[in-house]
Amino acid sequence: MSKRGGGPLLQLTLWRLRELMREPEAVFWVFAFPILLALALGIAFKNRAPQALAVAVQGTTGRADSAVAALGVESRLRVVALDSVEAYRRLRTGRVALVVVPGDPLTFRYDSTREESHLARLLAHAALQQAAGRRDVRDVRDVTTAERGARYIDFLIPGLLGLNIMGTGMWGIGFGIVQTRQRGLLKRLVASPMRKSEFMLGQVLARLVFLVFEVGVVLAFGALAFGVPLRGSLLHLSVIVLAGALAFSGLGLLVASRPRTVEGVSGLMNLAMVPMWVLSGVFFAWSHFPEAMHPFIRLLPLTALNDGLRAVLLEGAGIGTTLGLLANMAMWAVGSFAVSLKIFRWS
Amino acid sequence: MTPDAAIRCRGLVKHYGDVVAVDGLDLEVRPGECFGLLGPNGAGKTTTVEILQGLLPPTAGSVEVLGRTWDRDRAELRQRLGTQLQETLFPEKLTVRETLQLFRSFYRRGMDVEDALAVVGLEEKRTARVKQLSGGQRQRLAIAVALVSEPELLFLDEPTAGLDPQARRQLWEIVLALRARGRTVLLTTHYMDEAERLCDRVAVVDHGRMIALGTPQELIASLGAEHVVEFAAADGAALAPAALRALPGVTAVHAEDGTVRLTVARIHETVPALMALVRDRAIELTRLVTHHATLEDVFLHLTGRSLRDE
Repeated sequence: MSKRGGGPLLQLTLWRLRELMREPEAVFWVFAFPILLALALGIAFKNRAPQALAVAVQGTTGRADSAVAALGVESRLRVVALDSVEAYRRLRTGRVALVVVPGDPLTFRYDSTREESHLARLLAHAALQQAAGRRDVRDVRDVTTAERGARYIDFLIPGLLGLNIMGTGMWGIGFGIVQTRQRGLLKRLVASPMRKSEFMLGQVLARLVFLVFEVGVVLAFGALAFGVPLRGSLLHLSVIVLAGALAFSGLGLLVASRPRTVEGVSGLMNLAMVPMWVLSGVFFAWSHFPEAMHPFIRLLPLTALNDGLRAVLLEGAGIGTTLGLLANMAMWAVGSFAVSLKIFRWS
Repeated sequence: MTPDAAIRCRGLVKHYGDVVAVDGLDLEVRPGECFGLLGPNGAGKTTTVEILQGLLPPTAGSVEVLGRTWDRDRAELRQRLGTQLQETLFPEKLTVRETLQLFRSFYRRGMDVEDALAVVGLEEKRTARVKQLSGGQRQRLAIAVALVSEPELLFLDEPTAGLDPQARRQLWEIVLALRARGRTVLLTTHYMDEAERLCDRVAVVDHGRMIALGTPQELIASLGAEHVVEFAAADGAALAPAALRALPGVTAVHAEDGTVRLTVARIHETVPALMALVRDRAIELTRLVTHHATLEDVFLHLTGRSLRDE
């Protein structure tokens, strides 16, 4: 007997790990990309005082001047006096939220489907009424807050984490397998006594090793740069991340089951991932989509992963409250593994 | 108990749609011999060895390897065979040693990775990435991978295809050393010199059928002549095949692309007669070569085509 240098599962896992680590591009996509994206979006959507809304006053008469002066008191409005042609042009192109036409009655022109137009109308209305002598009957006190966990960056970081787990899981596994097939290596492996299940397991295990670092880096960045909280337990977080990683490893195996070329698998990969990029609540909440789509959106594994990550990071949810999400991801993992074992092309 | 044949197949047929790749092949490879499948590209050699290795199901026919069948003893056979397939690209980012360790781990028994490196002379490349290897070194690695389990039967599919002469010769040395140690090898090639040099017995295949079988010497002797005289004339039409066949010692005449080949039993009689004929008819020879008959000539004799045409 001579030494075997570790069991086949260890060797298969090491193979994938070495390939990933020796590929500078892969390291960039896995680690640097999500951080750069979070940094860019975090800066773009950094919480700050809302921008002043542009309001046009039509005409240059004395009445227009007094309207401009009255609106000028409201700091959340930015007022310009314009002739009617220019005022409408700017309204149509969205460069002003509201056009005020002085006169009796006072006329507000705006697009009723635009939220900022409604807000501008409310502010302009109050300012003009007050200038005309209206008195408020109740005293009001404003208390403002900027709580951690309620900002856009707090919403975004779990979404990016989910996106990253999906992307690296599917690309990492799908690409590697198709490349192995394209290089004739899969056939060579099958000609050896290698167990097919160990081959697949090795792919997944290598992913999981990477995952620990991947998730750690993004979370640490979120916490240090933006103070994104982890309110739930680390154990719960790990369970959700693991479930998501297994679901997307399974999907990666599934899309890689048949294609003979890297080009072929790329198309399938995008077909599977792009809908989830849009629908699963990465950059904005999926509840914005019409009610009728919600049952479908809830089925998607990335929706379950993102919802689970937000629940544990932002709400500090206990494991009991995410059982449904975990079941969803487990279903995807088991289902896609089972189907890909059946239809896998080994040559 | 050792079976009397390392490989035995009967009536092997493989269809791909309408294309017949293998057309009723019977083969028997004896334990301890280096057996060659010789034929042009597209003759069905690779399909045949892939069926024998259980990688493709045959359309018809029976296959026994080491006395076992793929249906019943797949797992055991995988442990006992070693293989080098055509066109396997090993992972570029692994080192030579890591690649061998990976494959070694699949087998219950086998040799040390370092020993396998030594057999193919890649010790100094053990820490080099596969990407950095030359074509010949990659083929040697493929053979090391095939040997690392100390297989009872070794398949080598076109082991020297596409290599330069020096790399080919290095690979030949490796195969000859294996043969000297009594390993059973099934080798496919479309190089006649390779088959002649390496194989104990050769099966010549064409269009999925076996057209000749024997030791290289037997096959050459079957031509009934030991030598070949090849010449080209400035005006080739001036020499009728009938006139050439009438020369002493000639057993066959074959003209192709302006070159005439005479298969010759007694060269010392044929050459002076040919020279006399050329002088009498005032023909200018542009080329004249004589050589010992080879498997190439056997193939040409059997099919009317040369091996490298395709």
